Parts: sequence; C-alpha cells; structure tokens
Amino acid sequence: MMEILDILLSASFWAAVIRIASPLIFATMGELICERAGVLNLGIEGIMVAGAFAGWMTVYSGGGLWTGVIVAMMAGMLFGLVHATLTVPFGLSQHVVGLGVTLLATSATYFAYRLALPRVNTPPRIEAFQPLPIPYLSDIPIIGHALFSQTPLTYLAFVLVAVVSVVLYRTPLGLALRAAGENPSAVAAQGLSVTGIRMGAVIVGSGLMAVGGAFLTMSAFNSFFFEMVNGRGWICIALVVFGAWMPGKALLGAVLFGVFDALQIRLQQTTLGADVPYQVFLMMPFLLSILALVVMSRRASVPAALMVPFNKGER
Amino acid sequence: MRLEPIANPTLARTLGFPLIALTLTVLIGSSLAMLAGANPFATLGLILKGAAGSRFAILETLNRATPLIFTGLAVAVAFRAKLWNIGAEAQLYAGAVMAVLLGTGALGWPSGLLLPAMAGAAMLAGALVLLGPAILKVRFGVDEVVTTLLFNFVVLLFVSMLLEGPLKDPMGMGWPQSSRLIPEARLPRIIDGLRLHWGFGLAILSALVVWVIQSRTTLGYEMRAVGQNRQAAEFAGIPVGRVILKTALLSGGLAALAGFSEVAGLKGNLTLDISPGFGYTGIIVAMLALLNPVGVVVSAIFVAGVFVGADSMSRAAGVPTYIANIMLATALLTMVLAIALTRFNVRRG
Repeated sequence: MMEILDILLSASFWAAVIRIASPLIFATMGELICERAGVLNLGIEGIMVAGAFAGWMTVYSGGGLWTGVIVAMMAGMLFGLVHATLTVPFGLSQHVVGLGVTLLATSATYFAYRLALPRVNTPPRIEAFQPLPIPYLSDIPIIGHALFSQTPLTYLAFVLVAVVSVVLYRTPLGLALRAAGENPSAVAAQGLSVTGIRMGAVIVGSGLMAVGGAFLTMSAFNSFFFEMVNGRGWICIALVVFGAWMPGKALLGAVLFGVFDALQIRLQQTTLGADVPYQVFLMMPFLLSILALVVMSRRASVPAALMVPFNKGER
Repeated sequence: MRLEPIANPTLARTLGFPLIALTLTVLIGSSLAMLAGANPFATLGLILKGAAGSRFAILETLNRATPLIFTGLAVAVAFRAKLWNIGAEAQLYAGAVMAVLLGTGALGWPSGLLLPAMAGAAMLAGALVLLGPAILKVRFGVDEVVTTLLFNFVVLLFVSMLLEGPLKDPMGMGWPQSSRLIPEARLPRIIDGLRLHWGFGLAILSALVVWVIQSRTTLGYEMRAVGQNRQAAEFAGIPVGRVILKTALLSGGLAALAGFSEVAGLKGNLTLDISPGFGYTGIIVAMLALLNPVGVVVSAIFVAGVFVGADSMSRAAGVPTYIANIMLATALLTMVLAIALTRFNVRRG
C-alpha cells in the first residue's frame, strides 16, 4: 500500500497521467463530435494509425512539427470523408463501414511505411515536440509539473475540450449538430442539411482522431512502429460512452484512464509486480473500460438518432 | 440526394454494381502495385498464381480458408441477428487454449473420443467468451461492439500469460509457446500426403449445419426476426433477449472452432501469433457473403486466396504484402455500397 501512495504522490506520475490522456482526449473529442451528430465512427482505430504515420513521416522527411500535425489531420479527414460518404448519404451500416475504414487506413499506412522504409528494423526517431514549461505555473508543486510542463500538443488537447464544449452548447452550429443526432427531421424542417452537418462532423471528428494518433509519434514515442495504437481507438469509443457524450465528462474519463494506465505501468516495477504476471496489469485498462461502460450505461443519454441513417422524405 | 427503394431490380443492376466494385478493387490493387514500382499485370498475375497456380497453392489457400470459414460463419450468424460480434479473435484463442488443455496429454483417449471432446470444449469456451458481452447487452444495454473489441485485448493478454506460465512448453527454449499436442489429438489429413487437414471438412460441415439452423429451424427464424426488427419480434412474442444469448453461444462456439482447427489441424501447438487477425477478417468474409453461410465458404476461399497470393507475390515482386488487406478493405467497402445501389435509386434533391 505504501508503494501505491508513494507513486500517487510523485510529480512524475501525474505528468505521465496527463501525457497518457492527451492522445485519448483528441480522439475522444473526435468520436464525440461524430456520435453527437448521429454517426458511430469505428474507423477511429485505423484513422489514429494513419495520423500517427502521416505526422511522423512529414517530420521525418524534413517538414515542420506543426506541418506534421496538419498533414496528419488532413489524412484523418480524408478517411473521414470515405466514412461519411458511405454512411451518411448512402446510409450504409456504420459498423461495417467503420471496421472497413479501420482496416483500410491501417493497411494503407503499413503499406506506405514499407514503401517509404523498405529495409528498416529499428524505426528511425524524429526530433519531436519538446516540453514547454509555462512560466510560474509550472513551479507549483506536483500540479505544476503535471499540467504545465507538457508539450504544446497536450495544451492544445485541453483547449480543444473547451472549444468543443463551447461550440456544442453555445453556438447555432453546435445546436444544429446535436439536433442532427437527436432529431434529424427537425433539422431538415429548419431547412438545414442533415447530410451536410453529419458529413462535416465525421470529417472534422476524423481529423481530430488523426491528431490523437499523431500525438503518439510526435509527442510520446518519437517514432512510428506497427501496433502502436494498440486499441486506444476502441478505448476512446468507451470513453465517449463513459462521458455520457459530454466533452467535460469525457475529458475526466480520459484522465481517469491515464491514472489507471500510469499506475499499472508503475505497479509492474513494485514488489507486487514481482508476484503478479505483467499481463494482469496490462489487462487492467481494458477491463476497467468495460466496467465503466457497464456502470455508466444505466444512465447514459445516447443521442436518439445515433446509428439511424437519415433519408430525406422518409418517415 | 435521396434514396428510393427499387421494387424489382433488373439483372443488369444486380450484377452490374458488384462487378463495378470488383473492378474498382482490382484497379486500386494495380495502382498500388505501380506505386511500389512493379508491373500491375504481373503483380495481379503473381497473386493469382500464388493463390491457385499449383496444387500446393490451392491446398495452401484452402488451409488458410479453414479458420476464415469458421470466423466468417461466427460473424454471419451474429450479424444476422444484429449482434455485433467483433470478438471472434478472442473466441478463436479461447478455443485454441481448450484444444491445448485437453490435447497435450491430459486425456489419454483415442482420437475418436479425444477430438470431439476437444472440439466440444473449444466451442464451450468460445461461447462463454461471447456470452459475457451478450449478457451485458441484454441485461444492461451495454454496446457489444466496444465490449467484444476490448475483450479481444484482454483474452490475448490472458493467453500470453498462460503461454509464459502454466501452458509454457518446458522444452520450448524459453519461447512463449505451448507443448505439442499428442498424436491422438491431431486432426488427420484428408488425403495422405497432401497438406489439407480435416479442419477444412469440419468447416464445410459447420457451414451446412448453420445453413440448416438458419433456414429450417425455429431458432433460425427467430434470429432473423430479431435482426430485421427487434420491436416487431418482441411484439410477436419472440423472447428477444434469449434469442440474442443463443445466437451468442452459437457464434462464439463457431469462432472457437477456428482456434481448435488451427491448433489440432495445422500448427500442433499454440503460439501468440496463431491468428493474424482471422477474427477481424471473418467480418469481411461474412459481409462479402451477404451473411449467407454457404456463401461464407466461397468468400472465405476467395479472401484466403488473396492473402496467400499476395504473400507469394510479395516474395517475388517486392510489393508489400499489406496490399492484400488494402484490396480486401476496398472490396468490402465498395461491395456494401454496390449492394445498396442494386436496391436503391439515387435521386437528387
């Protein structure tokens, strides 16, 4: 028990929590936007892979870091366009299309990686985003190190949550987007295009998912390798449910996930880790996500038209 | 734009759109080959040759198709009832573990008893793995897509734990692999000297059984009804929850047979890379077969052919083997669109 306490009181632990949460925040916000507009986007896992590679490759071939972020976002939006076109105007199964997009994005990425670097065993590293301590704030004990000595992308993730909240709840655009996910006929009756809103949401959301992937290569691991996303996309889908489709609560979920993930990594190195197989610790984040789903599903407020295709003139 | 259902699609429409989808897939495959600096016609030729160009190639394709038939059936059965089982990968591994538990000497039975016992235990394990998410869906309304996906990771880690712990082969030089099955626990070959085992026969049999269940039994009717319209099924007095649970048991059991057949038929032991995503590929197989169990056999052979062909082409032409996955994803996406277009007219406005 003392060991756990020691871990929880260390500043580096909380810095790791925020670092682990950051990519999840981007991708969870992306998924949340899609689902709020009524589209489940199971392409998330593959889109994160594509974003991770696109951002890394841009920097590796001499582009700037922010250029990398933008390229990653555009790659994500491209796959988002594929998903949106098939699921929104054509109303195809969002499950099947999403999994198809994940497979397409993942395999296209691996193909591109093998073409770009045919004979590489250890993936090359890039000069990634560096921590940018914010003056004065970063001097606060524990919290300062955790929150204000992160890389610029982490700050951006937190800003994004605020922006998504404001747009969703305080602007006409957000109202239309939420309505498209709750009552699309009402949106159409207002003379707005449900198809347009939903497609826009999926494309923008996919762009954010890709930035989440890019965080992994540009702000965490500094290189690209296969299987690096490792189910993070699926966890983000669970986080959206956990957050009851609300940005603030989803952020909380991502941070909570970061706590458990950072904790399990550190527990592996304690005396407990010597007795318990390391796989048990690695399972924890996934089991906790499932548990969170069960607990939250009772009072979850699913967008009423989630996964319901809208076909104008049909009722 | 707007979609209008067509009452009686013409034959040209029914065949035309899927044909366009297939052409598009081949076109994308060719352009990728060109991107990789290879001749597109040669590349496609090499894929075809590697998949079906010799007796060895054909047997290799059928071997690869075997687990895909099982996982494809598992997905087809589940999706028909709108149970989104994305966890065939986990169920496959559960089946493989049972095959190893019973087949490495724990039971000294003759083949005729041991193999059915292993298959039965495998089905039970796979069924139980999917029963969890299915109960969560029925009782608590938890979306099974996410839970089955997350369970894949949990089960794979669990298998990794077993292979580094209780199931570890003491003679395995430290590699995380299980001991080898005893000879009685191995599925024999269909024809002596040819590398095709009875797992393939079991797969075909399973497809027929599923077809009978779906088209000739009450359960099959109920599964279809639940899939087409849950509310209407409930209104008609069908116990929807129980039908979903039964579907889960069947689907999980089928996916687990893939693990049993790979261990007892092909590999002879269990390693962590026994399935390169057969569970996920089963979704493509099932969708390309329009969820028809007999169609699953055909589409599994097709999909296996693409994989085996691409592997052999990759060795010869140097085009990354991931081209197979890209082509299959393209085939999946274009085919679901093509099938929608055969049934709907697209209208402006």
